[in-house]
Amino acid sequence: MLFYLTLIFCCQLIGELLIAASGLPVPGPVVGMALLFIGLLARGSIPDDLGAVADTLLTHLSLLFVPAGVGVMLHARLIGSELVPISVSLVASTILTIAVTGISMAWLGRRSVPKQDNNHRGES
Amino acid sequence: MRDLQQVWVYLSASPLLHLTMTLVAYQFSSFVYRRGRLSPLLNPVLLSLVLIVVILSATGTTYDTYFDGAQFVHFLLGPATVALAIPLFRQLDRVRRSAVAVIASIAVGSVAASFSAVAIAWLLDGSRQTLVSLAPKSVTAPVAMGIAEQLGGLPSLTAVLVISTGILGAIAGPYVLNFLGIKDQAARGLAMGTASHGIGTARAMQVSEVAGAFAGLAMGLNALATAVLLPLIWKIFW
Repeated sequence: MLFYLTLIFCCQLIGELLIAASGLPVPGPVVGMALLFIGLLARGSIPDDLGAVADTLLTHLSLLFVPAGVGVMLHARLIGSELVPISVSLVASTILTIAVTGISMAWLGRRSVPKQDNNHRGES
Repeated sequence: MRDLQQVWVYLSASPLLHLTMTLVAYQFSSFVYRRGRLSPLLNPVLLSLVLIVVILSATGTTYDTYFDGAQFVHFLLGPATVALAIPLFRQLDRVRRSAVAVIASIAVGSVAASFSAVAIAWLLDGSRQTLVSLAPKSVTAPVAMGIAEQLGGLPSLTAVLVISTGILGAIAGPYVLNFLGIKDQAARGLAMGTASHGIGTARAMQVSEVAGAFAGLAMGLNALATAVLLPLIWKIFW
C-alpha cells in the first residue's frame, strides 16, 4: 500500500516539476494523473493495491474541498456587494453548462457507440 | 485544573483542533447525506462549509488559523487528482469508443461555461474584475486561479467562485440531467465534471463508477481546453 501511495506522490511531483520547467497552464496533479494513466496503459492492468489506495483517496474526494471552500469567509463582503450578478451568473451558467454538455454527450455518444453495454441507458 | 479559557488558548494554537474540526464536520455531514439517501440537496461539502464557517465566526477564528490545521486535508487534493487515473483506466474501453463525442462535448461545455458566466454577469452590471474572475469558474481551482490572474482577475475570489460552482453543480446537476431525460452515466458524469470540476466528480463518483471516471476525464480536459482557449478568446473580445 505504502509503495503505491509513494508512486502517486512521485507522479504528482514529476508533474509539478514538468509544469515548473515548461510553464504550461495546467496544474501539476493533472499532469501527474496523465503520467500515471500512461504507466497503466504500458502495464495493461491496475495492481490490486494501487486500486485500493486510489479508492480510499477518491471515496472521500468531497472532504478535500472543504478547507478551500471555507475561504468563502475572506470574500463575503466583496461577493455581497455584487451578489446579484455573481449569484445569477453562477446558477444559470452552471445549469446551462451541465445541460449543454449532457445533451451533446448523450446525442453524440449514442451515434458513435451503436452497441451499448450500459444498463443505465434508457430509451430517451 | 486549568480554566476553560486556558484550555481553549492552548487548543486553538495547535493544528490538531482545526484538522479535527474539519474531519468531524465532514463525518457529520456525510452521515446526514447518507441518511438522506444521497439527496443532492444535502451536499456534504456545503453542509461542512456551513458548519465550519458558523463555528469559526462564533469563536472569532481567522481563516489563516483555521487553514494551519486544515491544510493537511487540503494537501491530499493533489494525490487524489493523480488517483483519478485509476477509474479512468478502468473505463478505458468506453472512453476510447466515444472519444470523439467526449472531446466535442467537453469543448462545447467549456465554451458555454465561460461565455454564459461572463455574458450574464455583464448584463447584470458586474464589475470588470468580477467578470474576469467568473470566466474560469468551471475549471479546477489551481488552473482557474492561474487563468484569472493572467487575465487580470482576482485569484482568491476565483477560488471561491470555483468552489461555489462545484457545489451548485453537484446539487443542481442531477435534477437538470433527470429533467432532460439523460440516463447514460457517461453523459451524466461528463456533464458534471465539465461544469463542476472536482466537486461534481466527487458527486458523480458516489453515484456510479462510470459517471465518476467520465467526470474525472472531463475535469482534466476542460482545465486544458479552458487554459488554452479562454485567454485567446478573451483577447479577441476585449
